[in-house]
Amino acid sequence: MFRYLLSKLGILVPTFLGVTFLTFALIRLAPGDPVLIMAGERGVSPERYAELRAQFGFDQPMLVQYFNYLGDVLRGDLGISVVTHTPVLTEFLGLFPATLELAIIAIMLAICLGLPAGVIAAVKRNSPFDYSLMGTSLIGYSMPIFWWGLLLILFFSINLGWTPVAGRLGFEYDVEPVTGFMLIDTLLSGEPGAFKDAVHHLILPAIVLGTIPLAVIARMTRSSMLEVLGEDYIRTARAKGLHPFLVVFQHALRNALIPVVTVIGLQVSVLMTGAILTETIFSWPGIGKWLLESIYRRDYPAVQGGVLLVATVVILVNTVVDLLYSVINPKIRKQ
Amino acid sequence: MGARYLGVVVGLVWLAGCSPNEDPNTEPQAVAEGGAESGQALVYCSEGSPESFNPQLATSGTTFDASSRQIYNRLVEFVIGTTNVEPGLAESWQVSEDGKVYTFKLRKGVKFHTTKFFAPTRDFNADDVLFSFNRMRLKDHPYHPVSNGVYKYFVDMDMGAILEDVVKLDDYTVQFRLVRREAPFLANLAMDFASILSNEYGDQLLKAGTPEKIDVQPIGSGPFAFQRYQKDAFIRYVAHDNYWRGREKIDKLVFAITIDPSVRFARLKKGECHVMAYPLPADIEAMRNDADLMVDEQPGLNIGYWAFNLNKPPFNDKRVRQAMNHAVNRQAIMDAVYQGTGKIARNPIPPTIWSYNEQISDYGYDPDKARALLKEAGAETFKTDIWAMPVQRPYNPNARKMAEMIQQDLSKVGIEAEVISYEWGTYLKKSRDGEHGTILLGWTGDNGDPDNFFSPLLSCASARSGNNRAFWCNEEFDKLITDARQVEDKAERARLYQQAQAIFKDDAPWLTVAHSVRYQPYRKEIQGLKIDPFGGIYFSGVSFR
Repeated sequence: MFRYLLSKLGILVPTFLGVTFLTFALIRLAPGDPVLIMAGERGVSPERYAELRAQFGFDQPMLVQYFNYLGDVLRGDLGISVVTHTPVLTEFLGLFPATLELAIIAIMLAICLGLPAGVIAAVKRNSPFDYSLMGTSLIGYSMPIFWWGLLLILFFSINLGWTPVAGRLGFEYDVEPVTGFMLIDTLLSGEPGAFKDAVHHLILPAIVLGTIPLAVIARMTRSSMLEVLGEDYIRTARAKGLHPFLVVFQHALRNALIPVVTVIGLQVSVLMTGAILTETIFSWPGIGKWLLESIYRRDYPAVQGGVLLVATVVILVNTVVDLLYSVINPKIRKQ
Repeated sequence: MGARYLGVVVGLVWLAGCSPNEDPNTEPQAVAEGGAESGQALVYCSEGSPESFNPQLATSGTTFDASSRQIYNRLVEFVIGTTNVEPGLAESWQVSEDGKVYTFKLRKGVKFHTTKFFAPTRDFNADDVLFSFNRMRLKDHPYHPVSNGVYKYFVDMDMGAILEDVVKLDDYTVQFRLVRREAPFLANLAMDFASILSNEYGDQLLKAGTPEKIDVQPIGSGPFAFQRYQKDAFIRYVAHDNYWRGREKIDKLVFAITIDPSVRFARLKKGECHVMAYPLPADIEAMRNDADLMVDEQPGLNIGYWAFNLNKPPFNDKRVRQAMNHAVNRQAIMDAVYQGTGKIARNPIPPTIWSYNEQISDYGYDPDKARALLKEAGAETFKTDIWAMPVQRPYNPNARKMAEMIQQDLSKVGIEAEVISYEWGTYLKKSRDGEHGTILLGWTGDNGDPDNFFSPLLSCASARSGNNRAFWCNEEFDKLITDARQVEDKAERARLYQQAQAIFKDDAPWLTVAHSVRYQPYRKEIQGLKIDPFGGIYFSGVSFR
């Protein structure tokens, strides 16, 4: 197990280096110059332009810039945003809890609904439930997030008035941020009604962000279950008179879970990408919106630092998922 | 068994995600003093997060809206809703005979905000004026390099070159000495970058070793005091109890940062905000039909234009440029591109700016005349390009579409044009270098002075620097606008600018396309909101009905 763990961690270092190099190179390959974009229609004189580039360190050779950056990263310094003059790490940590809170609720929603739905669809194969679930999940999977979000706002917020349109909390509540997680902060604040309001604000964004993972998990669980349910040992279990519930959940689901867990791990990157659109629609103050804005403004330090941190999260979660296989299936760690 | 693993998965996803999150508590927090905690909050759905809370460093209107326009005052200020200048922190001023010395008498009894992070011990005085200007002006000022020290507007308005010195004569008298006569100087001082910061607060932060806090935890003397900001979420303000113009009627002001315009509209409709920024043109009609909403409108202080590069034949021929003016159907562009949010532009300055020449007659849409002029110039058929901006601007909401419409119009008079676009930074640079044949671009005014349009866009100096995208240098025109800079008398200046506009129109370096119309939607329970011609928003004087 220890060697397995070590080999997994060994892959992390080159992956991490690859990410730093790729983000550094890609944002610079994209056309556009942060100084010129900042100057806009008004323009900037050649002397001033040179002065500003020197100030931001863009005047040095690419490789020097890269190794300076890498050195800073290893010291835990992700640089200072060209636009807001704030350390990138500070900005990221200020926004990340909002994204994380939304992502966790969305993936929980997807797992809690997707797993049982997939199992039932597999057990009741070719039933109306199966057909309608597969149809719905295909629609959910192909739904453009932006359109879906606006549709939900129009229906639930404007027409029915059930949920708020956007934001994390109503402005009648002034809650001091302690953890950055609104659900926890509103509980800590003790303001009556604030927690309920925070939950209301979470409903629509969580549905929108959770839609694609939900569809993927449901479909994956179904197909994986179908495969396992056809195995000989399932037939044996049934033949020996085991309760159908135990056959499905004890014998079949455990074996069917491995590909599903892989898919759940992969959904983390989907959640991060989806966060960009979901956060924009619901004015959710997370990293998605921040990264997008930084790209538009060619804020090199913010983009590099932000992508690196997001990549780190994705790498970490996927490593955990890899380790989880060996818990689910001991054969893997023995190989 | 399955349920147990489900628990493991959920738990691990939670844990894995939790690790990098330790200090979410990064935004400045403070609670301003005063009994402003009780009243109803006025909520404004704004379009984005500010870059900082110091207008000296800012480059965007979003930042000015969040900082200078609510938190700070200036020596002189624009009367809200107009481009006229009125006394602000300066009660009165005198200009010397040669126009080079401005002496300001400062207002007494002006209080800075008292907040959780700062309590002023003295009133506003000359030291605050010196502190604010010297930070931008003097490279050895301790605050000059703070927060990267890029003072964009100070540099853009050429203040570094204009200002010889800023001198304190006594606690309530300050003198600005200029190296040359500069008629728009007073208007420059009313601009956002010239906001007055507290010297006492600056000293306190410097001693504490945290000077950069002055730019994120602002202290001003304006109508609202900063309370709390969470990036991409909200900004909270409270009314300044001791505001020298009198305390505001609204107790709390909240900027609800909402990037998407459709969502801003939805929030306004539902009452989650009372006022919203920048509506979509397509939504205006629905807003007008909504019984709970009001929509005010005003022509914006901007110009969207199509410039012809005079360095590239055949655009060096005036007749060709005039033909281009006749060839394009601007009304069709208004309908399709601006969708009712634009007015056809006749002059390079918008009609809200004084000295606008009403007498100018415009080139009408007349393809036959265009063909005749082209024939006369010996350029019946030629190939060129139309550069289309990759970004949306109030003065041009869809440059690509506009370019395609112009392309079609040109084909009708025998000109074959190719539509070209680049990434925004590249676009600006390449066009500054004169690589284009024709180009779509625009300008938004800063201080309501006509010179703010003519000099940067159409002077010979700007033709050399490349900001004049037509590379048009007409000596007669240039002399008129240079003379107008040197004259104090407004009527005389207006006369010179009107002559200049006539020369511009005849020589036709541009097709003046449109001035965008600014729309300001708000809920009916709000009163006292005035549209700002500069495109910003002020909540001073706004209240609930």
